[in-house]
Amino acid sequence: MAARALGWLAVLALIAGLGAAFGYAPREAVQGNVQRIMYLHVPAVLTAYLAFALVFLGSVGYLLSRRAGWDRLALAAAEPGVLFTGITIASGSIWGKPTWGTWWTWDARLTSTAVLFLVYVGYLLLRGMVDEPDRRARAAAVVGILGAANIPIVHFSVTWWRALHQPAAILGPGSAPMPLWMKMALAINWLAFTLVFAYFLTRRMEIARLEQEA
Amino acid sequence: MSAYVRRAWMVAWKDVLSERRSKESLNALVFFSLLLLFVFQFALGPERARVEAALPGLLWLGFILSGLLAFGRTFLVERENDCWEGLVLSPGDKSAIYLGKLAGNVLVMILVEVVLLVLFAVFFGLDFTPVLPALAAVLALGTFGLASVGTLFGAITAQMRARELLFPVLLLPAVVPVLLASVSATQTVLAGEPLADAAAWLKLLAAADLVYLVVGVLTFEFVLEG
Repeated sequence: MAARALGWLAVLALIAGLGAAFGYAPREAVQGNVQRIMYLHVPAVLTAYLAFALVFLGSVGYLLSRRAGWDRLALAAAEPGVLFTGITIASGSIWGKPTWGTWWTWDARLTSTAVLFLVYVGYLLLRGMVDEPDRRARAAAVVGILGAANIPIVHFSVTWWRALHQPAAILGPGSAPMPLWMKMALAINWLAFTLVFAYFLTRRMEIARLEQEA
Repeated sequence: MSAYVRRAWMVAWKDVLSERRSKESLNALVFFSLLLLFVFQFALGPERARVEAALPGLLWLGFILSGLLAFGRTFLVERENDCWEGLVLSPGDKSAIYLGKLAGNVLVMILVEVVLLVLFAVFFGLDFTPVLPALAAVLALGTFGLASVGTLFGAITAQMRARELLFPVLLLPAVVPVLLASVSATQTVLAGEPLADAAAWLKLLAAADLVYLVVGVLTFEFVLEG
């Protein structure tokens, strides 16, 4: 019942987010309507980071306690995490074509996001290769921990290697150079994505629990 | 502590000994390096400038491809004759086994790298001697990074189905920072610039090595349970 309420709340927030992105937020002066992709792109990547943080938490939790619940958390966070990273890359690509003139460029942030995507696709592949629950959970946890510990290293290495993408506006240093209405529309969409993620997470954990009991 | 070091040493020594007697991996790896050289030559053509421009990348491509074969085998030998159970039952901290295996892998990789460098020098007419000390430092840091993740993931995938496929799919994205830093630092060194110009990359490599080593030592006992 609570999960269903969360689902409907996520739907409402998404509708509000769509309204904010297409109605409330005015057209951006330079890029025009294309800029509205930001309301999908940025919330997606922030949600993906949250998801991978939870994979790390679930992985550490499992190795320390050996409780299956932690492993279910890691699994249930990793799947939407990969999905949201995929949305980030796809939306960024669609945004990049009209503004940068190319679908893909080996810029630092693009590359590090792609690496992140590949690491967690590998994580999910690994999970698919083991049937025995405890063995699968232990192997996945080690890969999940190394993957998370690797995120800052990947970030720095790729940043030094290449630097076209604008600096991070939300998680970067200093305040974002954005008018208030833009921040508001972004915040609503961020909230909506987080709610959608929370809904996916709870449902996936529930499915995993039922699978283990069966 | 000394018992811990001795256990790590014994694991490494056992692997070196069995490799020296069977010569299973090293012969094939050296031959594989030679084949890689042919592939590089076919891909790039006879133009010397192209080979020299691509050299740092080619070297590390050679190392990582050989590494994929070597690391993937590390724990496969333990599956025979119930050796894996022997490792699990061995007393004391299991991370000593990881360090022993890591030492063995680093040793194998260094041998392969030396062979590959000699082959490059001979077949492409290159002279590495003026930059050798600086190059050795970069190779050591990069190899340690590759081997520390490779050893851990090799242990994870040893007991799995489709491990030949899964192992590179897991390892390659994880070692992207090591490859980027190593190739960039190698480029600086081979250009004849002082090692200090690559200091940022070497620091990154050292930090990455440390993080991988710590994760490996802390999590290995969970991997070894099989």
